[in-house]
Amino acid sequence: MAARTRSGQWAAWAFLAPVAVYLLVFYAYPLYRNVELSLRNYTVRSFVQGHAPFTGFANYIKIFGDATFGPALWHTVVFTVVSLAFQFGIGLALAVFFSRNFRLSATLRALFLVPWLLPLIVSASTWSWMLNSDSGVINVVLGAFGIDPVNWLTSPDWSLWSVTIANIWIGIPFNLVVLYSGLQGISPAIYEAAALDGAGGWQRFWKVTFPLLRPVSAITLLLGLVYTLKVFDLIWIMTKGGPSGSSTTFATWSYRLGFGNLVPSFGPGAAVGNLLIVMALIFGLIYIRVQRRQAHT
Amino acid sequence: MAGVSLAVLATAGGLVACSSTSGSESSSSASQAAGGGSYAVWDPYPQYDKSSEWVKLLEACGTQAGVKVERTSYDTSDLTNKALLAAQQGNSPDVLIVDNPVVSTLAEAGVLTTTEENKLDVSAIAPNLLAAGQSGGKTYGVPIGANTLALYYNKGVLDKAGVDIASVKDWTSLTAALEKVKGAGKKGITFSAIGTEEGSFQFLPWFWGSGAQLTKLDSAEGVSAVALWSDWLKKGYAPNSVINNTQTTSWQEFASGDFAFAENGTWQLANAKKAGFEYGIIPVPGKAGGTAPAPTGGEFVSIPVQQDTARYATSQKLVTCLTSPDNSLTTTTTLSYIAPTEAVQAKQVAATPDLKVWVDAVKAAKGRTSDDLGTKYPKISEPMWGGVQAALSGSKSPQEAMAAAQSAAASAVQ
Repeated sequence: MAARTRSGQWAAWAFLAPVAVYLLVFYAYPLYRNVELSLRNYTVRSFVQGHAPFTGFANYIKIFGDATFGPALWHTVVFTVVSLAFQFGIGLALAVFFSRNFRLSATLRALFLVPWLLPLIVSASTWSWMLNSDSGVINVVLGAFGIDPVNWLTSPDWSLWSVTIANIWIGIPFNLVVLYSGLQGISPAIYEAAALDGAGGWQRFWKVTFPLLRPVSAITLLLGLVYTLKVFDLIWIMTKGGPSGSSTTFATWSYRLGFGNLVPSFGPGAAVGNLLIVMALIFGLIYIRVQRRQAHT
Repeated sequence: MAGVSLAVLATAGGLVACSSTSGSESSSSASQAAGGGSYAVWDPYPQYDKSSEWVKLLEACGTQAGVKVERTSYDTSDLTNKALLAAQQGNSPDVLIVDNPVVSTLAEAGVLTTTEENKLDVSAIAPNLLAAGQSGGKTYGVPIGANTLALYYNKGVLDKAGVDIASVKDWTSLTAALEKVKGAGKKGITFSAIGTEEGSFQFLPWFWGSGAQLTKLDSAEGVSAVALWSDWLKKGYAPNSVINNTQTTSWQEFASGDFAFAENGTWQLANAKKAGFEYGIIPVPGKAGGTAPAPTGGEFVSIPVQQDTARYATSQKLVTCLTSPDNSLTTTTTLSYIAPTEAVQAKQVAATPDLKVWVDAVKAAKGRTSDDLGTKYPKISEPMWGGVQAALSGSKSPQEAMAAAQSAAASAVQ
């Protein structure tokens, strides 16, 4: 009997091993390396030859004191909050709209998915053509209404808004799809009861749809947040974080430090990357906490 | 239990299978190389495939040296990190062809051998081109060829505006020409001021042409170069899109046929012939006339450090085959570069008189990492392109922008 349980345990470990090894190799080790990279002073020489001296939090102190830190933090916050607000708002409005299965609604819904399906390099390049100051179609359209051309990508006042608008466009389908499937989970009987009690359209939305959709909304927003925090390719293709840093977020700054220069500074680059991970982690913990409280009540 | 042991067996079997195949692969390639072994060559020319002249040349050089050449090509922006990683793992290629400003970085990392160690002969190479591969009195490679920047102009647009190209000799006359072009309803000049190394590369002819030094970005001369560009933007002589232009998008603007001038490189020569309008080329003028020193582009052939130093002798044969005066003409024609030696440059001009202006530009050109800047250059270049962007986008005046760039560069270089 004892021998049997032992062999059963071995089997259990054997079944566990692949996922454990996978987690260690592809998650734990890279994360550990990234933390280690940010705590040492890597130069190109020590990167190749080894023996980079341990410097504690020197890299972090360096990036906190960097002139780019303040603006990059502010841009990251604005980019994330504005993107999330509009993606979620528009996505929810569209989801409610499509939930009244009218004719062609499935086709239209599929069309809304296009931004999500396109490779980012395609959509980002297309946006940067459309927003070109001199030959972009958007300035041509504005010109037809007598509005002066806007330097969307080349003016420090506009570049952050341009990349945010493009990011909102890309994120709407995701919100639409998840919220739409959330709406399918709300029983029509509740709407019927509410209608019988005399609730109008707005009341039905705010008193029935919105509260019942809360768990789905929370996970949509969390996933959106994690995704938006780390958006890099879109900004890099459209503005390279410029002009002169006006659309630099933590993600583009981290890349620029680590790879965007002929002499890479891996340490500070990894430090900025870790800040991003910490930010995402904090919101993940808040989410778990809120969810737990909901489960209790 | 039986299931587990089966699984273990299967994995072990898989491992054995893998190792046996890779073993047979390496033995077959070794036998193909007729006992000489195989030599790894990395280049940044992914645009050339197996049927190209470049790869044929590499293979011919391998045959001459009695070895098989294993060529791998990477995107040029990728190659620096790949080379650093390979050196960290101890499996550097035998021959590494790499963009010239990267040489000092790799040398600093201890990845490359010096010409004393690898016995490469660099005596015939033009000193201004070789300088990019030198630091601390040592030379870390041979330029395979060079290219640089000059001004392309559209003859039709200039004729319409009544501009005689011979009158364009310095900044004042160039700006006057741009004014006339704008008056005639056409567009003046396009270039690339993007926030990457490309932006610095395009700005340097004007910066150096003003007499400024990279060690002092905010000198009166340096500020005047930024002011020249930002005035062009303010007056509409250059489009606002230059702030986000790469050299390729800038060329596309010029190829549309509306622009009088474009600052671009030797590599666009083939496209210029296809553009469908008459074009010409002049060197970038200095502030007070003459030819401004433009930065050199083009790669260096280097021999990375190996554990087995006996390999250097064969690597040296391969590099010499690619760069020796006899073969340099073939190499540079294949890659559409200007040769790094005067003798071969003369042959190139004799064969293609169009290249004369480029040969002159290359003679006046200067390496970005020259003047013993070495690995300091990238730390100066980044604040510099940032300063140019700040001035062009109007967020700072040229004076403020360059002062900020200088203080950032000074603290980065320390």
